[in-house]
Amino acid sequence: MRPSPARLLNILVPVKRAVDYAVKIRVNAQQTGVDLNVKHSMNPFDEIAVEEAVRLRERFKDEIKTIKAITIGPSKSAETLRTALAMGADSAIHVEIPENAPAPEPLGVAKTLRAIIEKQKDSGGIDIVILGKQSIDDDLGQTGQMLAGLMGWSQATYASKVDLDIPKREATVVREIDGGSEEIRCKLPLVVTTDLRLNEPRYASLPNIMKAKKKPFEKLKPEDLGVDLTPQMETVKVTEPLKRVGGVKVANVDELVAKLKEAGFTAVKN
Amino acid sequence: MSFTRLRALALYKELHRLGRDYPDPSYDFHGKLRRLYEKNRNLTDPVEIENALKLGEYIKNETLALYSLRKYRHLKRMYPGSTFDPLS
Repeated sequence: MRPSPARLLNILVPVKRAVDYAVKIRVNAQQTGVDLNVKHSMNPFDEIAVEEAVRLRERFKDEIKTIKAITIGPSKSAETLRTALAMGADSAIHVEIPENAPAPEPLGVAKTLRAIIEKQKDSGGIDIVILGKQSIDDDLGQTGQMLAGLMGWSQATYASKVDLDIPKREATVVREIDGGSEEIRCKLPLVVTTDLRLNEPRYASLPNIMKAKKKPFEKLKPEDLGVDLTPQMETVKVTEPLKRVGGVKVANVDELVAKLKEAGFTAVKN
Repeated sequence: MSFTRLRALALYKELHRLGRDYPDPSYDFHGKLRRLYEKNRNLTDPVEIENALKLGEYIKNETLALYSLRKYRHLKRMYPGSTFDPLS
């Protein structure tokens, strides 16, 4: 009897296009959000996620069958996917939303990812989802957990080390927790969210960027997946923090005491 | 075209692309890159050419390290406590 062939793993890496980390963000004139006419790049935590997927492939070679990158966003998000492809992902899915649509919320994103995973079932299914722990623009940090909840999969959040045991279909993940780290063993399928220390993302090389242009790139609409990305929350107003007021110089102690009294401070009574 | 020529051109392209992301706008990365290349354009000695290419690759690696360190530090400052640092 021939041994049954080992099931190969498929990895899904959701990425997000976010305002570049180096940009100084400003609130827009209508106070509805931040000014988006600035440099954008891939969310750094998602870069770590792509890098981890590629490193797993380098470590386990052919046992990782595919690395699929996915993003939800306006047409410009395609360049973020290209970056992921240039870093080493095999194929990409772009769930396109209109240019002026509000940013989707974690639950909407998680439901979209679930729909994508369901869709991949007939082409081998998804075994591991690696995503950033949060995006640096809205800092919500919920998508991974929500996806694991919706799918009923294992979740390993804030990962700082990922190791796979493919024959046993298990993963050992070291997580960042308060004041230390925690090592957990979980069954595949698995959702991993990456923390900063997991790895150092590579800078895509020029030849790889060229090769990325030829990789398969699929475009979908949220309606195709049967998901509704309308936010449930309404942003009322976004304002900048109050400007810090400068201090004053006092000439002598009496003046200082007078100023303190003016500000409402009183002497300690013995 | 010889192999070293291709190598030099590929390196130039890589460095030029890296220069676009240089964080300090007052630093003339592209000018410096071009001047260094022009200075070495007449090199004929294979050893000298090799050394010049090595220098270029060294600069590339250092620039890459600079970028990733800058990003890492920025994130670490933005999310304090998110990573456990035994030294702090």
